[in-house]
Amino acid sequence: MSELALAAFAAETGSHLVAEPRSARYERFRHGFDATSYLARLAQQGIRFVARSDDAFPALLRLIHDPPPGLFLRGRGSPDILGRQAVAVVGARACSTYGAQVGRSLARDLAAAGLVVVSGMARGIDGEAHRGALESRGVTVGVLGCGVDRDYPAAHAALARQIADSGLIVAEYPPGVEPAPWRFPARNRIIAGLVHAVVVVEARERSGALITADLALEEGREVFAVPGEITSSLSAGTNSLLRMGAHLVTAVGDVLEVLRVEGCRPSSSPQLDPEGRRVYEALSDAPATADELVVAIGLPASELAPALTRLELAGLVVEGEGLYRVVMPGS
Amino acid sequence: MVGRATTHALVGLEPRRVEVEAHLASGQPTLTIVGLADRACQEAKERVRSGIASAELEFPKARVVVNLAPAGLRKEGSAFDLSIALAILAASGQVDPAALGRHAVVGELALDGRLRPVSGVLAVAEGAKRIGLERILCPAESAAEAALAGVEPIPLRHLAEAVSYLSGGSRPPPFIPPNGRPVRAHAPDLADVRGQERARRALEVAAAGRHNLLLAGPPGTGKTMLARRLPGILPVLGRSEALEVTRIHSVAGVMHRNRTLIETPPFRAPHHSASMAAIVGGGPGPRPGEVSLAHRGVLLLDEFPEFQRMVLEALRQPLEDGVISIARAFGRADFPARFQLLATMNLCPCGGRGNPAAECGCSAQQLARFHAKLSQALLDRFDLVVTMPRPRANELSSPPSEGSDDVRRRVVEARVRVDRACLVRTDEASALLDAAVDRLPLSGRGRERVVRVAATVAALSSAERVAAEHVAEALSYRVPKELAT
Repeated sequence: MSELALAAFAAETGSHLVAEPRSARYERFRHGFDATSYLARLAQQGIRFVARSDDAFPALLRLIHDPPPGLFLRGRGSPDILGRQAVAVVGARACSTYGAQVGRSLARDLAAAGLVVVSGMARGIDGEAHRGALESRGVTVGVLGCGVDRDYPAAHAALARQIADSGLIVAEYPPGVEPAPWRFPARNRIIAGLVHAVVVVEARERSGALITADLALEEGREVFAVPGEITSSLSAGTNSLLRMGAHLVTAVGDVLEVLRVEGCRPSSSPQLDPEGRRVYEALSDAPATADELVVAIGLPASELAPALTRLELAGLVVEGEGLYRVVMPGS
Repeated sequence: MVGRATTHALVGLEPRRVEVEAHLASGQPTLTIVGLADRACQEAKERVRSGIASAELEFPKARVVVNLAPAGLRKEGSAFDLSIALAILAASGQVDPAALGRHAVVGELALDGRLRPVSGVLAVAEGAKRIGLERILCPAESAAEAALAGVEPIPLRHLAEAVSYLSGGSRPPPFIPPNGRPVRAHAPDLADVRGQERARRALEVAAAGRHNLLLAGPPGTGKTMLARRLPGILPVLGRSEALEVTRIHSVAGVMHRNRTLIETPPFRAPHHSASMAAIVGGGPGPRPGEVSLAHRGVLLLDEFPEFQRMVLEALRQPLEDGVISIARAFGRADFPARFQLLATMNLCPCGGRGNPAAECGCSAQQLARFHAKLSQALLDRFDLVVTMPRPRANELSSPPSEGSDDVRRRVVEARVRVDRACLVRTDEASALLDAAVDRLPLSGRGRERVVRVAATVAALSSAERVAAEHVAEALSYRVPKELAT
């Protein structure tokens, strides 16, 4: 189990190692390292280890030029999950509600089509991606840039629990490793390495999500970007990805088609009352606030509110920061 | 030679009987006040001495000891001046002790013997009523307030007037405020608000059902403007509610000079720099804070997340129980605090969110800190949450909207129905509610809130039962998910 010793050594020295160093210190460490008792301690915390040389180690990840010595796993999911066809949905932490909604519904539909949704568990788009996948009872994998035992960020502790219930939380670092800025790009290479395609939902110029996209390109994975308003700096990163030739995403079908996966969205057209239909049609043109709908449709606020609630409950319309918009079309 | 006068000290809003005893003994001419008097109360010595001299009466050339009994109760403030002076005058035979014994006494003395109004006269007069005294000697300005308690006020302008009245002189003339009767405070009108149909509707629902309302949105969308118009659409207070409110405002010393009974729901809008004691009440002898001053009215917390975290959390008890208990070393006071909470906030620290013309430059950490301040427990107290988007130009140029008077009429009617009966839900409404609990992140408390708001919506539309439409509208005022997580 030299990979486990390597991972433990890297954690202990606070360094990032993918190959065994030729140093006396490492030799001494390896000599005194007791893999059996280390694994027993991990098992007590409910953590498993998959070494690079194991069969269970994801094949795609082994193909990148600097694969980690192994992955630490937390959660009820089987390690086989990591070998399934997967898509990463990533983006800005301080995202807009538009980004949050698109990220969520994309992840929901990708998971519903049977794909594993991988993301970084960060605030913003990452969190929304995990939530979307969980909503359609799909499998999702969170990749951490710190010790696998940490819930980072702490605000996502509940989300981490949900992910671990059915999926996996993985990291190349053993328990006890603190998050550090330089570990996140390293984490991003694992996200890119685990998946067949990376979807960037919203990203500023020079954002972490663009690093993931670059790494994915280097490894020959597909890169998708969701277009945004040209006036918004939150879309600058995704729009420049598109200029450089990334696939354009306007519906989940765009991703499924490239990956040659059948979508499973029979979407029978829902029953709408006349008011609901008028509101839905108005929103199909452009997102609008409740007050704009009052003016556009001529319904009083007291009658518009129930119609909007019904559309929301039917999953056809979402609201964020006072703006209502229709949910992204399925294909 | 002992003279006695009866007055009341206030513990919170509660009057406690205080006997003011003055004893004259031979010895060095001195004046000593005993009985746990605070600084302002100790200073009564000088005011009483000059007041008596200015009224051309004689300050006894004797060793004067004034005792404020019960000696264990802390006495604060200047409201004991008149009772101390009259007790001394009774002890020295310049005032009829029997006549003095039939009156309660309250008031502060000026150095020239004139009387000055004090705070809390209503509560003191109520104390007098309770122990069976029918008349109260009080400063002329406070007479109308004392009369609210059901005792007969003797309006006094000067110490000499009190002495001549007690010696069988005629009753002093009633006090007429210099500016005549006060006009009703001008409340801003809803007609000034253009557009914002959704928020206006939410305001109406909140007014009808006494619901707590949170308005969120970028700066400049009229959140505060709308919030300030809530008092204008609330029904006036009933007699007993008005008395409660007046008592609190009187004790706090924030009564308008010419106003007696406060009949309009109070509106308090403390600045976000306000301290804990200012909001919930406090001080050595506890005084009511903003939450109590807003009792039966509206407490507006503008820029809600800017308030200190501790202050916001302290609001939870009054929001739940309608009362705030303040314990201090010298005792404990319960102040009523059943207010309607109205709050406004931006969607992010920089204010850029929700504004299509600006862009939010907040970092993820700043946003996280901003949201951490709004605890789930606190957000749960808002029955209605409305995001107010930025209005477009065409709305601003639209004709004026409905005015406050029309809205208030509907609110008054709906209030009657809200208070009278608990409406039953139709099956369809219950089904919609269950579907919503399944589909949306809606907590148990959130569900209760929706039920309450739906009942108010039904009452506003004069419906017999709570229909699905009403539940659906109520659901649209739930806490939006960008604030909930």
